[in-house]
Formats: sequence, C-alpha cells, structure tokens
Amino acid sequence: MEEVKEQTSHMPHIGEPAPAFEAVTTHGKLKLEDFKGSWLILFSHPADFTPVCTTEFIAFSEIYPELQKRGVELLGLSVDSVSSHIAWARNVEEKTKVKIPFPIIADLNKEVSLAYGMIHPGQSKTETVRCVFIIDPNQTIRTILYYPLTTGRNMDEILRIIDALQTTDKNGVATPANWRPGDKVVVPPPNTQEMAEERLKQGYECIDWYLCKKKL
Amino acid sequence: MACISPDGKPTESGSKMLRALKAGLGAPEEIAKETSLPLFRVRSGLRELAEAGLAKPKGDGYEISEQGAKLLK
Repeated sequence: MEEVKEQTSHMPHIGEPAPAFEAVTTHGKLKLEDFKGSWLILFSHPADFTPVCTTEFIAFSEIYPELQKRGVELLGLSVDSVSSHIAWARNVEEKTKVKIPFPIIADLNKEVSLAYGMIHPGQSKTETVRCVFIIDPNQTIRTILYYPLTTGRNMDEILRIIDALQTTDKNGVATPANWRPGDKVVVPPPNTQEMAEERLKQGYECIDWYLCKKKL
Repeated sequence: MACISPDGKPTESGSKMLRALKAGLGAPEEIAKETSLPLFRVRSGLRELAEAGLAKPKGDGYEISEQGAKLLK
C-alpha cells in the first residue's frame, strides 16, 4: 500500500514546468532540455507488443509529418527495455510497412513515469496508462490527457489541440468547443464595464458582452 | 549510444555531426540544419561525441577534437 501511495504522489499540472529527465531511448540518451525550442508530445503506452498500443504507434507515425509541419516532436514511453522497443518497432515495420520515426523512452526504473504521474494503480501497478503531455517550446506543460488501457487515442484531437494552442499563443485568443482551424475564435472577455460596452461596438459576432467571436 | 557504436566508431548520424564540426559548424542549430537531423538528436549526439572525446565544448556549441579529426581521416 505504501508503495502504491509513493508511486502516485506526484501529478504534474497544466501551467507548470515539465519535470526534467534524462532517459535511455531508442534514439540514445535524451534529456527533456534537448527538446527546448520545439513543442513536444510526451506520451506513454502500457506495453510493447500489445494490440491497442500497436494501432496507436501506427497512428502517431502517420501524423508525424503533420506534427513536424507544426514544429512538434514526439516522444513515446513505456516500462519496457530498449531491446523490446527496438524489436517491437521492427516488427511493426515488417508487418505494416510503417516505420516508427520518433524515439521511445525505456523507463524500466519508472523514473519518468512517476515524475509525470503516468502510473495509475487502479488500472495497473506496473504499466503506464495512456497519457499525453503537450509541452510547449519553453517546456511548460500546456495539456494533459489520460486514457484508460482499453481506449486508443484520437490523433485528430491531438492535432486539433496543437493547432488550438498555437493559435492561442500567436493571436491571444481562445478557441470554442469543437473549434477547427479556420473557424471563428473567441475574443478574451473584457475586464471592465467600459471595455464590455466598447466590445459591443467593435463589430465582433457577440452573443453578449462576455462571448464574442471573430475571424482571424 | 546513438552516435557511437559499441566498437567506439561513430554511427552514420555521429559521422554526419563530426563532419559538420570539422567544417567549422559548432552550434547545434546550425548542425541540425546542415545534417537534416532533428535538433534534439543533434543536442544529445554532440553530448555523446564529447563524452567519447571526439568533440569538445566551445562557447554555446562544440568543436571537433584532435581524436575526432583523426577518426575522419
């Protein structure tokens, strides 16, 4: 029980600096700081050579070119050895012709998994759940997604979140529910009564003073 | 090691980085552009080359060491 308590003690939050690490990967020893200046998607999977994870790795590989266009790197992780990761990646390529182009952390000592709160004992005491951490170029955590062991991730949503975060950073706006690039964005709410009154005269599409949208 | 094989010789990506260093490039960003390797791979690779004595830190980047230059000959 004590061990379980210790393993779940740290859960990083959105807006906090991403926990630093140095880890053995399929592309050599990498540090978090090696990714400084790029967006990074750090994601965990339960185990190599398992069906749902294999479909996810194929899907992540397929969106990799789109991520690269957006300045995003991918970094996988599971509590498996480098040899297992290499064997699995080679098997995926042999069977599906999809090459896995990004590194995968071999987190055998669970150092990174625990620092990022990737082990949820209610699901598994030894495997990581399906986590996605979106880390910005300043190495701040901007999004955290958790999926259970039985549910594969949605790549469209991951791309949509990247587009939304980059649009927010570039234009100082927010994005509404189900937003897609090209859709209207939400203008930040006014802070004063005067700004609220002015807002209504500015030609935005407003439901009321607190919900105004505009085209970029 | 991604840039150094177990026999101590640089891998293909390690050799690319060493050649870039020999050509006078030193900043990881410049080397990433020259070699078309991802920046994170270059940063970690240069660290490995330095640990192996094939490169040495210089300012914000690296330069090739005598041992590294000999290896390219």
